[in-house]
Amino acid sequence: MKSVMNGRRVVVVDGRRTPFVRSGTAFADLTAYDLGRHAVAGLLHHAPVEPGEVELLVMGTVLQDPATSNVAREVGLASGLPASVPAFTVTVACVSSNLAILSAANAIALGQAEVAIAGGTDTLSDAPIRVSRNLRKRLMAAQKGRGLKGLLGMAKGLKFRDLAPEVPAIADFSTGLSMGQNAERLAKRMAISRADQDAYALRSHQRAAEAARKGFFADQIVPLYAPPAFKAVQADNGVRGDSTYEKMASLKPAFDRRFGTVTAANSSYLTDGASAVLLMSEERARAKGIQPLAALRAVSTTAQDPLDELLLGPAFAIPGALQSAGISPAEVGVWEIHEAFAAQMLAVLRLLEDERFARERLGMERPVGAIDPEKLNAWGGSLSIGHPFGATGGRLVTTCCRRMEREGARYGVVAACAAGAVGNAIVLERV
Amino acid sequence: MGAIRVTKRPDGVAVLTFDNPKGKVNILSPEVVEEFRAVIDDIERDPGVKACVLVSAKPDNFIAGADLKFFLSIRDPVVGERFSREGHALLDRVAGSSKPTVAAIAGLALGGGLEVALACHYRLAADDPKVVLGLPEVQLGLLPAGGGTVRLPRLVGLPAALPMMLTGRRVRARKALKMGLVDALTSPGGIEETAIRAALGLLDGSIRRSARKRPWTERLLESPPGRLLLFRQARKSVLAKTRGLYPSPLSILDCVQTGYAKGPAAGYDRESVLFGQLVAGPECKALIGLFEATTELKKPLDATPPRPVERLAVLGGGFMGSGIAAVSLELAPVVVRDLSQKALEGCARSVYSGLSKRVQSGAISRFERDRLFSRLHLTQEAEALRRAGLVIEAVFEDLDLKRKVLAEVEALVPAECVFASNTSALPIASIAEKALHPERVLGMHYFSPVPKMPLLELVVAEKTAPWAVATARAFAVKQGKTVIVVEDGPGFYTTRILSPFLNEAVLLLEEGARMEALDSALKDFGYPVGPVTLLDEVGIDVGAHVAKELGPVYAHRGLGASDALPRLFEAGYQGRKNGRGFYLYPPRGKRGKKRPNAEVYGLLGGVPRRPMDRKAMAERLALLMANEAVHCLQEGVLSSPRDGDVGAVFGLGFPPFRGGPFRYLDALGARQAVNQYEALAKLHGQRFTPAPLLVEMAKSGKKFYEG
Repeated sequence: MKSVMNGRRVVVVDGRRTPFVRSGTAFADLTAYDLGRHAVAGLLHHAPVEPGEVELLVMGTVLQDPATSNVAREVGLASGLPASVPAFTVTVACVSSNLAILSAANAIALGQAEVAIAGGTDTLSDAPIRVSRNLRKRLMAAQKGRGLKGLLGMAKGLKFRDLAPEVPAIADFSTGLSMGQNAERLAKRMAISRADQDAYALRSHQRAAEAARKGFFADQIVPLYAPPAFKAVQADNGVRGDSTYEKMASLKPAFDRRFGTVTAANSSYLTDGASAVLLMSEERARAKGIQPLAALRAVSTTAQDPLDELLLGPAFAIPGALQSAGISPAEVGVWEIHEAFAAQMLAVLRLLEDERFARERLGMERPVGAIDPEKLNAWGGSLSIGHPFGATGGRLVTTCCRRMEREGARYGVVAACAAGAVGNAIVLERV
Repeated sequence: MGAIRVTKRPDGVAVLTFDNPKGKVNILSPEVVEEFRAVIDDIERDPGVKACVLVSAKPDNFIAGADLKFFLSIRDPVVGERFSREGHALLDRVAGSSKPTVAAIAGLALGGGLEVALACHYRLAADDPKVVLGLPEVQLGLLPAGGGTVRLPRLVGLPAALPMMLTGRRVRARKALKMGLVDALTSPGGIEETAIRAALGLLDGSIRRSARKRPWTERLLESPPGRLLLFRQARKSVLAKTRGLYPSPLSILDCVQTGYAKGPAAGYDRESVLFGQLVAGPECKALIGLFEATTELKKPLDATPPRPVERLAVLGGGFMGSGIAAVSLELAPVVVRDLSQKALEGCARSVYSGLSKRVQSGAISRFERDRLFSRLHLTQEAEALRRAGLVIEAVFEDLDLKRKVLAEVEALVPAECVFASNTSALPIASIAEKALHPERVLGMHYFSPVPKMPLLELVVAEKTAPWAVATARAFAVKQGKTVIVVEDGPGFYTTRILSPFLNEAVLLLEEGARMEALDSALKDFGYPVGPVTLLDEVGIDVGAHVAKELGPVYAHRGLGASDALPRLFEAGYQGRKNGRGFYLYPPRGKRGKKRPNAEVYGLLGGVPRRPMDRKAMAERLALLMANEAVHCLQEGVLSSPRDGDVGAVFGLGFPPFRGGPFRYLDALGARQAVNQYEALAKLHGQRFTPAPLLVEMAKSGKKFYEG
């Protein structure tokens, strides 16, 4: 796609999210629909607009529950938006909510809406586990069959192993490789050391813990008091601020037991959570006397080879977005890049500096150059805070805006990679 | 213009549309019954009419019941009896007709409305929470006098029918289908068309009422010995609940029993005779009076328009705050702020479980529960109050704390936000003493538990603006509350009249009464809970606190508080909450009965107890309460006896069949009452001196309720 943003200027007004928690913990009994409506309702409670002013809701999600396949619509109806607000769900793996935000922004830019909410929701605690194809076929047929004889007929040819459930793999359909296997492949190819990966992951945890301690997340996390336990969940629970390098180094590699470097500790973990961002046309925000957090200055959505460039989305999308924004990398004060794996982050950073990569893969004369580590993911990232696939983009955009506000930066960049080798970058500007 | 429209269709179905031209609900008045009779005459005679459909043109009711104004006017039992007999004759013709009649129910079908449907050959209901069926006559001191006591048990079985008639329990559409009260459900729109199809189906035999399968337990209970057992049990539980004070449930049992023993005709006859007696009796008049008063209190007070409340904020997530949030979610998003995370967790749990109960009853869907629960925003931050249109504080009863909270809120909220203090006794004027905008400060005194208790006492201070009153009142009415507006002052109305009542109970204990005897005496008088148990429930500390606040104010009238409560509290007796009060309670979560705590007698004039006259004890308490109510009316705390009666009955459990303190005094007669007060004053002191207004009325022969 071309890195172009036409039409009216779109601003980010507010962003909220549920705490992000390790799957199987605090939100084990909730669905993506539950988390999503909580994020949107929380946003509506804080947002300087009434629900009736919202004209569109777009939510990203990855592990779709068949009961709520358009989860955005159910979320909208249950969270207090009027029934007259259209809602749709986008699914683009880990950039689902980034593209949900872009879809809503496009609608505003084109004048189709003045106020929209976009975000995402995912739970890995409640993955839609299927039965085998062979059993499914028979079950479908059984709805038509009658009597005991029909049932017995159905069992014919069914093998014992057909009874085993199928857990969805976090793997690319086209390559058959899981994300972890691909990260391992990338680390080996680019010679990214275990030590560097562990050091990067450790830093992510320390930064997230520090930001939480300083209360930086207070204006984006909406505490949850959800059934059945009603126990307050007020903070992300996967951050290991007290972890040490030694502890990290002691872990066995997860995807290549013998020669690998990618471990559970230097990869993002399975997470439950949801996020929501309030977008408005700049005109409407100004008319209402609202000071926006930032405006969308430029965007870039790319796609690459799913085998060799699967996790490199930011390296492809960032240069285009910056070029489209007409700003130099040095002008960017805040970088928020999705951390799928420490190895993937380090690979992306290296490629952003790589002249040959810029020339051969991007057709650009100069690479972006080195990114100041102090400006990159200063409040932690997906490695530490966690990564509910469909919701991370909303967190990145919100955190980028809040950081720009706190750090006095004019420009911020949000970027992420996704399964299927889709990449996305958004340039935000304080206005 | 009549109340019934008849459309005769070419296919032979006559559609009878009930559409009361004078109001939003269809009711059965003598005129409507007469019109109905004429319509049935015509339909019976017309050979072109083969079947009949009864439907309502009102969006949310089929027929909501009988004309209560008419019932109130009946003085002579014969008039009531005749009305019932005319109804029977009419409905018998409907039921016995060869032309099948279908009732199409898309809203409330209560009392006589349900009895009309019961007489039809087929009942079709909309699958909609708006559909509510019931025989609530008992709640008005009456009985179903249109054949309900005979037809309902035959349709749904005795075990299901008795609770519906004896407690007024209502059922929704799905439950009604399950129990056989209706024959089929259909979607809410176009019920008339579907009913016509059903009528045609009944005609050509393609639709037949399938008799409900009766479970063997029901067969057993309906066999003659089973019935005997069932009736005996029912009578026992009625007597235990009503202590024989309410004649109507026993009359209902009598009718049902007669109908079974001697056949439907005898049952109908019994209904008419007993109905005549009930409708002319004082209990029914008092109960209908209360019902009418609550209906009147739903209407706006005056022309001042209420301001819309887009957001409600509740301060304090305790039991009270949670209850207030729970009854408000359908009106606006609700922010509950509490510094304690534990309190917020408890609030979430209590609101959610309340919503879940409504899901179970069919009142709302699961999705609706989710939607409502999402409107509850729990927070520890004050910032969240910023956009509230109404703030209700439900923090601890402490003047300084309430003042502090008010100051904090005023710094955040917009100028048009109303601030309500949920206090039972602290004067609003002193809470608002330092307020920037005292005109928007008022009291909203809820009763616990909020979702169950219907009363709200709205307290207006001198500086409170009419728009603030209108806004708070309109909001509370939408919460489903019956609102009485009272003037500010120590204890307002309800706490003020409760205070001498409870104090008198303590004095009686100090005189040597046994606590069980005292409690039981007041229950025999008609209070749902005895005063000693009530003190334990409220908390001895709270009782002591209120006595301390109010005692001195009225000490000059001899109403100074006994110092027994503070003494008990100091000795570690708190009441129900710590398991040790006047009674001893089993530990939390354990089953078991409370037992009198003989230890406390040591602090209450010594252990030896003596028997005391029960009636005299009850009257001392009730008369003190009533006298204080008259003081409130005289001082302008109350604006009418009606409000005083509603407040005492729905807030404090004053015996409903007595209609409230003012009706009680009216029934005694002012002169007789004054005599009684003066006699008591001689015996026990000047606290029994009758209120000047009452003395004046005794002289002039006036009543609180004229006519």
